[in-house]
Amino acid sequence: MEHIVIIGNGIAGITCARHIRKNSDKRITVISAESDYFFSRTALMYVYMGHMKWEHLKPYEDWFWEKNRIELKKAWVEKIDFQQKRLYFSSEETMSYDKLVLAIGSVYNRFGWEGQDLKGVQGLVSKQDLELLEENTQNCKRAVIIGGGLIGVELAEMLKTRNIEVSFLIREKAFWQNVLPMQDAKVISAHVRSHGVDLRQETQLDKITGDDNGRVKSVITGAGEEIECQLVGLCAGVRPNIELLKDSALETEKGILVNEYLQTNINDVYAIGDCVQLREAKPNRNSIEAVWYTGRMMGETLAQSLTGNLRKYNPGNWFNSAKFFDIEYQTYGKVSADPPEGEVHFNWQHKDNTKAITIAFNASDNKFLGINTFGIRMRHEVFDRWLDEKKSINYVLQNLKEASFDPEFYDSYEKQIFRSFKENIEQV
Amino acid sequence: MSKIERNMSLAGQAPAALSATQRIASAIGLIGLFILVLALANVNFPNKTLFLSLSLILMTAGTVIFANDLYRGKHAGIKNDGIWFKSMTGRGLWAWITGIALTLFYIVLYWFPEFLGLTENGPNTGVISLFDPLSYLINGGPASQWFVYGTLYTLAIFIFGYKFILKYRNNRYEVLRTFSVMFFQLGFAFLIPEILIRLNQPYFNPANIWPLNYDLFAGYKVDEFLSAGNIGVFMLAFGLISIFVITPILTYKYGKRWYCSWVCGCGGLAETAGDPYRHLSDKSLFAWKVERWVIHSVLVFVTVMTIAVVYSFLGENAGDFWLTRDVFLWGAAGFLTLLFAAIMIFKRNELAKDAKYGAIGYLVIILSIIGINYFSGNGNIFFFPGYQLREWYGFLIGAAFSGVIGVGFYPIFGNRVWCRFGCPMAAILGMQQRLFSKFRITTNGGQCISCGNCSTYCEMGIDVRAYAQKGENIVRSSCVGCGICSAVCPRGVLKLENDSPKGRINSEEVLLGNDVDLLDLINQKSR
Ligand SMILES: Cc1cc2nc3c(=O)[nH]c(=O)nc-3n(C[C@H](O)[C@H](O)[C@H](O)COP(=O)(O)OP(=O)(O)OC[C@H]3O[C@@H](n4cnc5c(N)ncnc54)[C@H](O)[C@@H]3O)c2cc1C
Ligand code: SF4
Ligand code: SF4
Repeated sequence: MEHIVIIGNGIAGITCARHIRKNSDKRITVISAESDYFFSRTALMYVYMGHMKWEHLKPYEDWFWEKNRIELKKAWVEKIDFQQKRLYFSSEETMSYDKLVLAIGSVYNRFGWEGQDLKGVQGLVSKQDLELLEENTQNCKRAVIIGGGLIGVELAEMLKTRNIEVSFLIREKAFWQNVLPMQDAKVISAHVRSHGVDLRQETQLDKITGDDNGRVKSVITGAGEEIECQLVGLCAGVRPNIELLKDSALETEKGILVNEYLQTNINDVYAIGDCVQLREAKPNRNSIEAVWYTGRMMGETLAQSLTGNLRKYNPGNWFNSAKFFDIEYQTYGKVSADPPEGEVHFNWQHKDNTKAITIAFNASDNKFLGINTFGIRMRHEVFDRWLDEKKSINYVLQNLKEASFDPEFYDSYEKQIFRSFKENIEQV
Repeated sequence: MSKIERNMSLAGQAPAALSATQRIASAIGLIGLFILVLALANVNFPNKTLFLSLSLILMTAGTVIFANDLYRGKHAGIKNDGIWFKSMTGRGLWAWITGIALTLFYIVLYWFPEFLGLTENGPNTGVISLFDPLSYLINGGPASQWFVYGTLYTLAIFIFGYKFILKYRNNRYEVLRTFSVMFFQLGFAFLIPEILIRLNQPYFNPANIWPLNYDLFAGYKVDEFLSAGNIGVFMLAFGLISIFVITPILTYKYGKRWYCSWVCGCGGLAETAGDPYRHLSDKSLFAWKVERWVIHSVLVFVTVMTIAVVYSFLGENAGDFWLTRDVFLWGAAGFLTLLFAAIMIFKRNELAKDAKYGAIGYLVIILSIIGINYFSGNGNIFFFPGYQLREWYGFLIGAAFSGVIGVGFYPIFGNRVWCRFGCPMAAILGMQQRLFSKFRITTNGGQCISCGNCSTYCEMGIDVRAYAQKGENIVRSSCVGCGICSAVCPRGVLKLENDSPKGRINSEEVLLGNDVDLLDLINQKSR
């Protein structure tokens, strides 16, 4: 029987394994050293905040794997012999495979800052990072977070629940402004500040200083200011985890290079999830997309190919979501941070500063391009359809109610939004 | 995770401790409670009105101050920080102490009310006598243990309801629903029955529907209704209409939530006083199996019991009253057969797996009916008289299950143990919700990140995530529509909705966002 070995038990690897099992009887082994069972990386913060326990992070009960004949191997792969089709573990065991799926995720960026190896300096990606954070925040009074992305703001929220003062250094003019248009970024910046976070815009890290015990003592900013702290959170993005493949025959660039069938340059070796870099990105999308959904979709797609229904990876319209303290964020389609010529933004904000939307459309033909929503839930299915059908901005605004996904009895803002849009248009 | 508790320094500590204000508030509330304990120990308070008022006011003030400190002045939003770290809500020492204290209280309440000071002939003593002034005020007589219980129960729904509303003030569904349970508890469950007693009418709580109210058709109750003239007949009729007309219509339109989360007193207490324990419910597949067996057995039990009780109440002679024992028995059998046949004909696809169990339940009831007929002329079921069955039911289900386990064990097993495993009303509503209703929880395309907040905070132990991460609607008989899964979801994935019953139960092979050719997939699957 064909033996499919998957390295990495994250969402990409596990989705692939599940779908292979659904469609076939092949032997499946999933390897990881991080945790015994698949868990939801996106929910790490909730364990630290006491909303959930570790067991709640596991989407499947422990008996699930044996019942579905998905073999789990707890081991760290140190070397891969692509020619012999053999894996070498750090425990000196080996394992052979017929087909190999690399789903080895990402690691957090460390840009070679002075002091980045001190105790108390860490990122937040793995289960081990979470355990380390628990240790590092004992008696911690003040923390500095470097880098204004999604993990950074989650870390800020986590630390605030433990009464730790947080300074949050970001390069941009407002939070996540490399992804969000300015007006949206400002709403979020204000909200983050309202939670007592010392958000410092246009501030870079120069170096980290330590004490005699090799523990972090303070952070020095680009402007030369010193901020005393006991914890430094490195949240300046993640990158594909390709250390394992350095100096191997497998082609990598920033990530593992794959074609549209998720095949690498080596026969019978595939890659999915965070570790992947597409040789050719889809229109309006990036070649590396380290989010939960892409990992899942790649897993679904590859499983089809591996069980006889060869299939291209073809993600549809972009969507994503996040939560910044109390403000939920959803996005559908494309809303550029810096709109190029021809992309117009319409923005609406509620006076309570917790709700806003930004809609992008073409100046020339009014075609709807995408939407960011804050504090308002929208229906994925409806926006996906509207994007496919290339609806106009007028159509979208007139039918916004159809897309509303807020709970029952909530105030609805469609009329307000529509009126505001009309007024804006008239002004122009 | 490793050890959480550490030294006394506040920074960096898991949010497990209570703030100074919260401690003082707890003390105030406990003093109020202590007055009741003193009364229980037969301290004879000189001015009962004063001390009762003091006690109730202190308990209220304590809870209100506690809630204000916990939630006021903070952003509206999800407030679950530290829930699993706190002793009271994380199955710690305080949880066990509270659980045991509540359990003991229920045992005394049901079986040893004399310890509370109930005196059959003569003035009450103890804590019951403390409530005499309020009882005289409302129903014109001395208090009973049930009056004491009802007062404290209503108070709990109000003060913890206040806390709940503060906690979920960003969510209008939760706020409205809580006002609703407060209203039904105070008006329907507490005041109306007491005032009826004052007016010398039968005790009747219109919101307490058979089979939750298993005594509604018991002989003594029917006698009481019939001897009360028109109003009694109206009550009896309302009881019948509730279960056979109102309930099916509302459940069709809104799902069982209209009752379980908006009206019912058991649900009311679970959603307010019990809210801090909702995450303790067991989410395993095993628990779900147990749930289905237990709750449907209770339903079968209460149905057989009621049939037997009504049977023994009725006469043999058609000349006295058209509804004789025989007419009733065969009428009931016919009704159940029709119901069962209709379900099997129209819903057999949805029922593929459960049909077997339904058939077993149905068979047991029918056999019992035949048993009643053959084994005796006085309502015996296999030699057990109907009234005895009712007593057992009252003891096992009505008291031990719904009270002692249902509420006493809140801090250990979660707040809806009774509603999930025991309540026959929930079983009926649930069956209908699963088969004939517009209600479902919709999932938002591919947005789920499998974080598990929804499953963790589902008080009914439904593994909501299991559906959400597959893009499947949640159509579960046990869902009480509390809306908390939707509230806690950080990605806006869940929405409680009433919509056309078509396509309500869905399941997709590939999640939204991934444009594989779906038609291809389907063709391949059916090949
Ligand atoms: C704190 C945090 C919050 C996030 N929140 C969101 C969110 O809200 N929404 C969203 O879309 N995305 C979010 N993400 C990103 C999302 O979690 C990732 O995109 C996703 O988990 C990637 O899945 P994956 O299967 O590709 O890899 P991973 O989940 O990273 O799995 C890779 C696994 O492979 C193992 N592995 C690696 N090398 C080896 C080896 N040599 N031998 C054995 N095992 C190995 C690793 O230990 C790991 O267990 C978040 C990420 C983090 C860290
Ligand atoms: S599924 Fe959601 S609405 Fe239903 S009981 Fe559970 S938490 Fe409440
Ligand atoms: S809470 Fe929301 S995102 Fe998390 S598992 Fe449930 S549905 Fe998915």
